[in-house]
Amino acid sequence: MFRTSRKPRAGRKTGRRSPLASVSLIALGLLLSGGAYALVSSSTAVADTSSTATQATVEEGEKLFQANCATCHGLDLEGSDDGPSLIGVGSAAVDFQVGTGRMPLQAHAPQAPVKPVQFTDDQVNALAQYVASIAPGPSIPEDQYLDAEGDAARGAELFRVNCAMCHNVAGAGGALTEGKYAPALTGVTPSHIYEAMLTGPQNMPVFNDANLTPEDKRDIITALKFQENSTSVGGHPLGALGPVAEGLFLWIAGMGIIVALTVWITARSN
Amino acid sequence: MSTSTATRPETSVEKKSGGFTAAASNYLDERTSISAVVKEFGRKVFPDHWSFLLGEVALYSFVVILLSGTFLTFFFQASMAEVHYDGSYVPLKGVEMSAAMASTLDISFDIRGGLLMRQIHHWAALLFVASIGLHMMRIFFTGAFRKPRELNWVIGFVLFILAMAEGFTGYSLPDDLLSGNGLRIIDGMIKGIPLVGTWISFLLFGGEFPGTAIVGRLYTLHILLLPALVLLFIALHLVFVVVHKHTQFSGPGKTQQNVVGYPVLPVYAAKAGGFFFIVFGVIVLLATFFTINPIWNYGPYDPSPVSAGTQPDWYIGFADGALRLIPPHLEFVLFDRTWSFNILIPLGALGLFIVLAMIYPFIEAWVTGDKREHHILDRPRNAATRTAIGAAGLTFYAGLWAAASSDIIATHFKLTMEGVIHALQFVVIAGPFIAYFITKRICLALQKKDREIVLHGYESGRIIRLPGGEYIEKHEPIDEYQRWKLVSYHDYKPLMIRPNSRGKISVGQRARAALSRWFFEDRIAPPTRGEIEASHHHEDHVEIESSHQNH
Repeated sequence: MFRTSRKPRAGRKTGRRSPLASVSLIALGLLLSGGAYALVSSSTAVADTSSTATQATVEEGEKLFQANCATCHGLDLEGSDDGPSLIGVGSAAVDFQVGTGRMPLQAHAPQAPVKPVQFTDDQVNALAQYVASIAPGPSIPEDQYLDAEGDAARGAELFRVNCAMCHNVAGAGGALTEGKYAPALTGVTPSHIYEAMLTGPQNMPVFNDANLTPEDKRDIITALKFQENSTSVGGHPLGALGPVAEGLFLWIAGMGIIVALTVWITARSN
Repeated sequence: MSTSTATRPETSVEKKSGGFTAAASNYLDERTSISAVVKEFGRKVFPDHWSFLLGEVALYSFVVILLSGTFLTFFFQASMAEVHYDGSYVPLKGVEMSAAMASTLDISFDIRGGLLMRQIHHWAALLFVASIGLHMMRIFFTGAFRKPRELNWVIGFVLFILAMAEGFTGYSLPDDLLSGNGLRIIDGMIKGIPLVGTWISFLLFGGEFPGTAIVGRLYTLHILLLPALVLLFIALHLVFVVVHKHTQFSGPGKTQQNVVGYPVLPVYAAKAGGFFFIVFGVIVLLATFFTINPIWNYGPYDPSPVSAGTQPDWYIGFADGALRLIPPHLEFVLFDRTWSFNILIPLGALGLFIVLAMIYPFIEAWVTGDKREHHILDRPRNAATRTAIGAAGLTFYAGLWAAASSDIIATHFKLTMEGVIHALQFVVIAGPFIAYFITKRICLALQKKDREIVLHGYESGRIIRLPGGEYIEKHEPIDEYQRWKLVSYHDYKPLMIRPNSRGKISVGQRARAALSRWFFEDRIAPPTRGEIEASHHHEDHVEIESSHQNH
């Protein structure tokens, strides 16, 4: 059709649009609006790029959800007196809460503790995809931000400013009110660290992408992993708890040895 | 040590030439008359007991601090000039920090032996204050502060405070996040003092906190003024030890007039000299195998971030704990000023505690009315009220001290922060009274046991069956050396209220009598000679009687 119509108009150059223009305009418009939407919603929308988000996994996730989560969170994620609504929490929140063993909750306590994970990775993923399929929310981070190869110095500075007041400057954790606490950050996987920042589980505030960009989060993960993996240059770190551990160690071990030696020195040889 | 070799040939120089040593020492002596000094000090006698070495531990760790600290001054820059770190520690590369922090990082990562020296310095500092604390406990619980040593207790106490000041100024020098938080707390405490607080704070920091002057100023205090004062007071302390001579525990042949033990030369010089190296060795081992104050984990100071789990070094912990335990909502505005009683009450309570501990020898001397000299130490049980007061004071201190780690206690024992705080508030307020009563009862019970052993002997474990079927355990009398230890202590009685020369009983007299009654009301009198003899006679009698029955 295009071909037939093009030939007679080939000579006229001015005044008339090319029939391709409307097509390309529409294409461009679609691309722009779609791209803009994708850009705007990239922080909140489910990036259904992962090939695992098939209908089958979603259905498996739904079954798992109904069997393990619905008692508290409701059959339609609407929540109940015992648990919050999960509409819009996204796959990142599910991956963090279930993937670290915090959910399913064992007992009501000030805070859900880390415990052995109850599901396989596939099951966790299925649950995450199911929850994400109901309503869009923060999604599981992409691998490029989890490689822990960013700028450690910048990450450590961001950590000190944003995280150290609860998690301790060395990531050793700290106490909050009423039995709640900020857990130690050693041994946490990069994706769980990222998801925690993104979703703000339990008492943690949300550090969304406007607050800490994905690149910032990558740097923070880099700093944490650097600290975790580097050998302690000064000898045994004594739990990296700071002066309390040092003082306790000095009084018990240091003073203990010294007093034992004073007894030895003044012992009368028989 | 060199002086010991200097004296020995002195006596033998007339008999025959002692070779080079004798010639050298003679040369020295003819020019310095040092033999008189060596003679005097070489023959000084020190009694032997492990607890008498705790003060020495403090002295030796101070020497280690001086040596390692001198090394650190070669490389440390006490400046708050802004630099970008460019050393070998990657996670801080390019980060803006003060020259003080950067040079401390250089000492830790780029100067050979620097980290070891830093850790030696810091561990030795912790040990210094800890051994002072233990030494003070020994002095307190054995009553070694009594006349004529009251002033030396005060000097020692000043040393304890100077040591804490040394520690705190040193802790703040690297200008890292942890110490900066600590400094901010001190700044807050100073600013909480009404009227003058803000002025003092601005004077100290050279403007608004943190300013650019504080590290340099603390450095001057840390390496110049405070060490000079510590040295001065150590010298005074030791002069008094020489003047008063050392105290000793009671025992056969030990009196108020003599000192039983080993002479300085050769025994004590060798023991003490060896002990210095042992203490040094322990500190170096600690520094080699255990991290202390890893400032690279903390990062440079910046007033905005405050880390969870921020605590001072252990010896400032009691002050931090007091701030944590004080209930909230105690500040109010009056006369256009904020009155921060949440800071003033802890400051006042700690100040009172420190002053009371410092002048305790005078308080006790006034209450007991005891003006005799004491060179024989008390066994803690024989001074029940003093021991109980000491236990109460320690409980108070320990409660505050533990409160400085309230958050770590909460996270590690899975408790609520509020629960820990309330429990420690109870420990700090009610704990001393509980500790007082329990300790006093334990002391009196131990005294009773001693009296029992002196009068009726110890349980020998030999069970005898009497013809009537009754079983008794044979008690054996203890030997005289052991008995001496158990009976040789003073028996104090409460003071009587007496009217003064004008026939009046003053309020002071009444207070003193009341305190004295409180001090000595509950007591177990040591067995008298008559009682001991009577009991022996009784035992012999029983012995005869039982043997008589056996026949």
